[in-house]
Amino acid sequence: MSVLVYTESEQGTFKKVALEVASYAKAVANQMGTTVTAVAINADDTSILGTYGVDKVLKVNDSKLDKFNANAYASIMAQAAQKEDSQVVIVSSSADSKYLAPLLAVNLNAGYASNVVEVPSSTAPFTVKRTAFTNKAFNITTINTDVKLVALSKNAFGLVENSAAAAAEDFSPSIPEFGVNVESVDKVTGKVTIADAEIVVSGGRGLKGPENWGMVEELADVLGAATACSKPVSDLGWRPHSEHVGQTGKPVAANLYIAIGISGAIQHLAGINASKVKVVINTDPEAPFFKAADYGIVGDAFEVVPKLIEKLKTFKAQQ
Amino acid sequence: MKILVCISHVPDTTSKINFTEGDTKFDTNGVQFVINPNDEFGLTRAMWFKEKQGASVDVVNVGGPETEPTLRKALAIGADSAIRVNTEATDGFVVAKQLAKVVQDGGYDLVIAGRESIDYNGGMVPGMLAGLTNANFVNTCIGLEVDGTTVTATREIDGGKETVSTSFPLVIGGQKGLVEESDLRIPNMRGIMMARKKPLTVLDPVEATAETAAVKFEKPAPKGAVTLIDADNVDELVNLLHNEAKVI
Ligand SMILES: Cc1cc2nc3c(=O)[nH]c(=O)nc-3n(C[C@H](O)[C@H](O)[C@H](O)COP(=O)(O)OP(=O)(O)OC[C@H]3O[C@@H](n4cnc5c(N)ncnc54)[C@H](O)[C@@H]3O)c2cc1C
Repeated sequence: MSVLVYTESEQGTFKKVALEVASYAKAVANQMGTTVTAVAINADDTSILGTYGVDKVLKVNDSKLDKFNANAYASIMAQAAQKEDSQVVIVSSSADSKYLAPLLAVNLNAGYASNVVEVPSSTAPFTVKRTAFTNKAFNITTINTDVKLVALSKNAFGLVENSAAAAAEDFSPSIPEFGVNVESVDKVTGKVTIADAEIVVSGGRGLKGPENWGMVEELADVLGAATACSKPVSDLGWRPHSEHVGQTGKPVAANLYIAIGISGAIQHLAGINASKVKVVINTDPEAPFFKAADYGIVGDAFEVVPKLIEKLKTFKAQQ
Repeated sequence: MKILVCISHVPDTTSKINFTEGDTKFDTNGVQFVINPNDEFGLTRAMWFKEKQGASVDVVNVGGPETEPTLRKALAIGADSAIRVNTEATDGFVVAKQLAKVVQDGGYDLVIAGRESIDYNGGMVPGMLAGLTNANFVNTCIGLEVDGTTVTATREIDGGKETVSTSFPLVIGGQKGLVEESDLRIPNMRGIMMARKKPLTVLDPVEATAETAAVKFEKPAPKGAVTLIDADNVDELVNLLHNEAKVI
């Protein structure tokens, strides 16, 4: 009967999203008067999941599963859901989780709601709130099947400590044909990625050229943030496409989004609306971004940003 | 190679989002509908296959008659024929089940759909379609090459990209990168004239019940005005981010 949650790990260590979905699963399990079971694939130490409310961990260890495969992982989750007789299955909104979720929905014949931002307002009928229209609205959705599948939006619930025992149990599901095989992975390492970042520092065409990105990177460094940019900036080749944020780029659901020299066109805002606190630095007081922002400085980025870096360094040193 | 491109008919990004009937229905009044941006990249990639390697390209939409201008636009861009499954797209599963029937009957090698539609942003249909038709599936696809029976795809992952190999039958959840935005096609006069003569088949839906229901919509609470900070007083921003917003 327990709520089942997929906890992603990388090189044996759980990702932050894993702990967030575990926290969320615990809240849902409390509502339903049941426990949380996590599936952990090739994770080393699973005890930390207890801290975030997981009662039982199904540990799958198999070197064939070292690289993510949506088909195989969905099948493993389906077998775990059957074993645990789970009525609710929860995944994150990472690229991998949103890849496997629709396959899992078919496998379990489960109604699926993605981009969910809150705990269910009711569990019978099972009713969740999700974003729609590229964050311009919310959609209250009921899931009417016996088994329900939910993908939780990033940073929507946060981490909640909730001590439980997290008893580990080995689980050896059958592994299906992969169908899709990974040939090579090209990943930025040692840098905070937009997907994982709690803070994102983003620059637009107002920065004039790639040679001026040093201060954006320095600001990101001080804050432990990821760097991002507007579309024209990546189109001009000043920054890589992977940093392009917006409707045709990456979505950002950060706690803090700092936009420097970005006008705030609707297509850009579509990608960052889900971020909690927005700061804008722009010379033009009429820039549309000021309407979407929480805090704003009307000023020249080349003067404001270096000052901000200095102030933040002092602030961090005092912490 | 037989290609099917799934076309979602969505409100243009700049549309005002409003709801009617007690906030239960999307208000289409004055809204301009377009081909879903993620699908447009896929459609252009399909045209390249057609022109460079030889392929037939059909487009499909699940929806009412109001979506036909969007399908005609896809024909004007160069698709050979269009299919509309005549039913309301009530949820991802319903759409995927209709598409699965089209795919099975049509014997397609490659189905290109968009990573998500910009209306409900579900990101469900391509994966469900792959699951229902037992096809291979590559999501967030930003590059796709076909060489005989071998398919090489690049997909975006958190913090980078990965290259995968796979084979037909295959469903793609595509996005920008499949082609560049500057390569997207705009229908020309000749295309528009030709599109009028191309077949647009209307199919009856197969039986499928929605497994989820959108019971109500809400708009985000109106945002308070921006707090402006003097450019000479950057200290104040640090203070507010720490003490008021509590994000640093
Ligand atoms: C279909 C479609 C999809 C799109 N998708 C996206 C998307 O995903 N993401 C995206 O970002 N855009 C997207 N766009 C483009 C979008 O409409 C805007 O053109 C783009 O966001 C503008 O980028 P920008 O603000 O960096 O540049 P600009 O519009 O050139 O604005 C630069 C800003 O910098 C300010 N500035 C100049 N100098 C300084 C200075 N010294 N200090 C501080 N401020 C300064 C200016 O006042 C101005 O506000 C899309 C457009 C279309 C049509």
